[in-house]
Formats: sequence, structure tokens, C-alpha cells
Amino acid sequence: MAGVGGWRLPAMVRLTLLWLAVCVACARGLYFHIGETEKRCFIEEIPDETMVIGNYRTQMWDKQKEVFLPSTPGLGMHVEVKDPDGKVVLSRQYGSEGRFTFTSHTPGDHQICLHSNSTRMALFAGGKLRVHLDIQVGEHANNYPEIAAKDKLTELQLRARQLLDQVEQIQKEQDYQRYREERFRLTSESTNQRVLWWSIAQTVILILTGIWQMRHLKSFFEAKKLV
Amino acid sequence: MDGAGPRAASFPLLVLTLLLLLLLRAERSRGAELTFELPDNAKQCFHEEVEQGVKFSLDYQVITGGHYDVDCYVEDPLGNVIYRETKKQYDSFTYRAEVKGVYQFCFSNEFSTFSHKTVYFDFQVGDEPPILPDMGNKVTALTQMESACVTIHEALKTVIDSQTHYRLREAQDRARAEDLNSRVSYWSVGETIALFVVSFSQVLLLKSFFTEKRPTNRAVHS
Repeated sequence: MAGVGGWRLPAMVRLTLLWLAVCVACARGLYFHIGETEKRCFIEEIPDETMVIGNYRTQMWDKQKEVFLPSTPGLGMHVEVKDPDGKVVLSRQYGSEGRFTFTSHTPGDHQICLHSNSTRMALFAGGKLRVHLDIQVGEHANNYPEIAAKDKLTELQLRARQLLDQVEQIQKEQDYQRYREERFRLTSESTNQRVLWWSIAQTVILILTGIWQMRHLKSFFEAKKLV
Repeated sequence: MDGAGPRAASFPLLVLTLLLLLLLRAERSRGAELTFELPDNAKQCFHEEVEQGVKFSLDYQVITGGHYDVDCYVEDPLGNVIYRETKKQYDSFTYRAEVKGVYQFCFSNEFSTFSHKTVYFDFQVGDEPPILPDMGNKVTALTQMESACVTIHEALKTVIDSQTHYRLREAQDRARAEDLNSRVSYWSVGETIALFVVSFSQVLLLKSFFTEKRPTNRAVHS
């Protein structure tokens, strides 16, 4: 009996330690530092009907211990996503660790802004925040092991699914390119028109002003009896 | 029996956790592709942990702003600068990490006083992981179908990368074209106004040369 109890505890402790190690290993690659009220924005230029998944994790700088605390309860991050027309697509508050998703309905530059609304601003004024961020767009956002498990696909079928997703993304990007090229062409034609009409207008104004000047001066000199 | 029960239950769980741990600790590709705005006189740094011997690459390009150039430097965990370029429009940097630790790369716009820049960067660490977690341990050779799939996948990745490259170039050109368009408008209106002002003041100035200011002459004329 004592043996059973004695075996269970170390196993649980070992498991907890392993999970902690796993969580530390989970530190999502890239990170950067922001001030407590600073807003950091990222731009994603994406075609329409594309899914974007963002994962973030925050750590707060502890001035006394000069180290980053592993997790900060009570710290919220506000995530705001705007579409190319400036309309807000997503505006939500998440905890110190969060995951946000949105799907674009118009192609173009989407702006993803993050800022913290720290409740401990007074205590840690001037403190730094470490934000781990990972944004996946389109087919990179797909979780293939999950898809394989859900649809019960073999390895070859899963590879085919991945290729199909990639090709779909390429097609969407090409459609978006066509739309962008049209906008570019309209802008260039508008510049061309403007240059043409304004050059003609300015030449006409120049000639008319010259004529007006000569006539005005002639009448002035005739009045002065110099001509 | 009681002793064997919990032991038998916790052992597979332990093995599963170990496998998961190995999976996560294993060299996995981490990629970050971000576009951000760099205000004038500002510097922004990003950090990433890299294992020893792993190759990483950094591609960056300035999309809009000023002369489309930015300063960039990369530091290893010991603080040595392994890459530094000033006023570059785009560049690609690959490096095999000699030291395990946190590598830092920074973009600086401190030389510019009023133009804020939009910078795109793509930071890739390591190779791409296999599509299913347990595939990395395969000892058998790939079938023709599987190797064809792998070839197509690599080719499509190249296509997507090239599309990204063209998208960025197009964004840059389009920004310049729109800038030119608005500049043409403002300058045309400005020049027309300047034309009127100059011609009017020319006439006034000329008239003032010939207008007598002495009161005696004015009496004679009137």
C-alpha cells in the first residue's frame, strides 16, 4: 500500500515537470518587446476568403528580479483588426495568452494591432512587455495532423489535401494580383490624363496671361503718353 | 495488484508525454513573416531562439516610405554583430547558428527625420517538419507517389515565394504611382496659382517704375 502511494506521487511530479518543460518548449518562436501602453501594428496583405490565425503569449518584465515572469495573470491584450477600407473586423480583448482568428472578405491590406491594457500600469510604470507572436495565413493556418485525424485520411491522401490547399492559395493570390494590377493601371491612366490636361491648361493660361499683360501695359503706356 | 494498476496506467501516459516532448524539442521549422510600420527615428527589434547548428535565413524588403531604405543588423546571443547593412532596400541573409540562444535582428529608421517606412521580413529557422508528426521516424523509402507529392510540394512552395516577391514589388510600385498621381495634382494647382501671382505682380511692378512719386510732377500731369 505504501509502495503504491509512494509510486504515484513521484510519477505525478514527474508528469508535471515534463508538462512544464513542454510548455516552456512551446514558447512560440519570435518575440519582441513593447512598452505598456504602446500599440504595435502588423500589416497582412491577403486575398479575400483567406483565414488568418494569430497566437500570442505575453511575459512581463519584473524590475526587481530583472527577469521576465513566465506568465502574467491579470494582463490583457487588446487585438484590433481592420480591413482595407478601415472597417474594424475584430476588436476583442484577450488574456495574457490568446489566439485570434479572422477571415478576410475583401482583398487588400489588413492591419492587426495589439496593445496591452495593463491593470498594473501604476505598479510597473515603464515596464516592458515581451510578446511572443505567431501569425499564420491561408494554408499555413491548417493543422494537418488534426485534419488527418478528423477525416481519417491516409498519408497519401493528406499530402494530396495539402497540395490542393496550396494550389487554392496560389489561385486566390493570382486573382488578387489581377485586381491589384487593375488598380495600378487605373492610377497610372489617371496620372497620364492629369498630366495631359494640366499641361494643356497651363499653356493656355500662360498664353492668355501674356496677352493680357501686353494689352494692359500698352494701354498703361498710351495713357502715360510714352507710346 | 494495486501496485501494478497505477503503474500500468501511468506508464503509457508517461511514454506519450515523452514522445510529445521529443516532438516539440525536435528541430522544427519556425517561420515568421511579418509586415510592420517603422516610424521615423525608431528602431524595432525581434528575437528568436535558435538551436546550435541550425540554419536560419532572414529576407527583408522595404515596401513604402522615403527612399525605400532601412538599416538592419543581426546579433548572436553573445552580442556579436553577425550581419550589418545600412540603407538597404532589400536583402537576404542566411547563417548557420554556432551558438545556441536568442538571436536578435533589428531594423532601424534612425537616419530618417520624417519618413516612416513599411518593412516586410521573413525569418525562417530550420527545415520544414514532416506533415504528420510520426513520419520523421520512417525508415522505409518513399513510394513513387509520395516522392512525386514531395516534389510538387517543394515546387509549389517556390511558386508561393515568388508570388510573395512579386506582390511586394507591385505594392512598392503601386505606392509610388499613387504618390506620383497626387503629387501631379498638387503641383499643377500650385503652379497655376504661382503663374497668376507672378504675372500680376510683374505688371504691378512695371507700372510702379513708371509711376512718378514726386508731388510736383503729379501736379503737372493732372
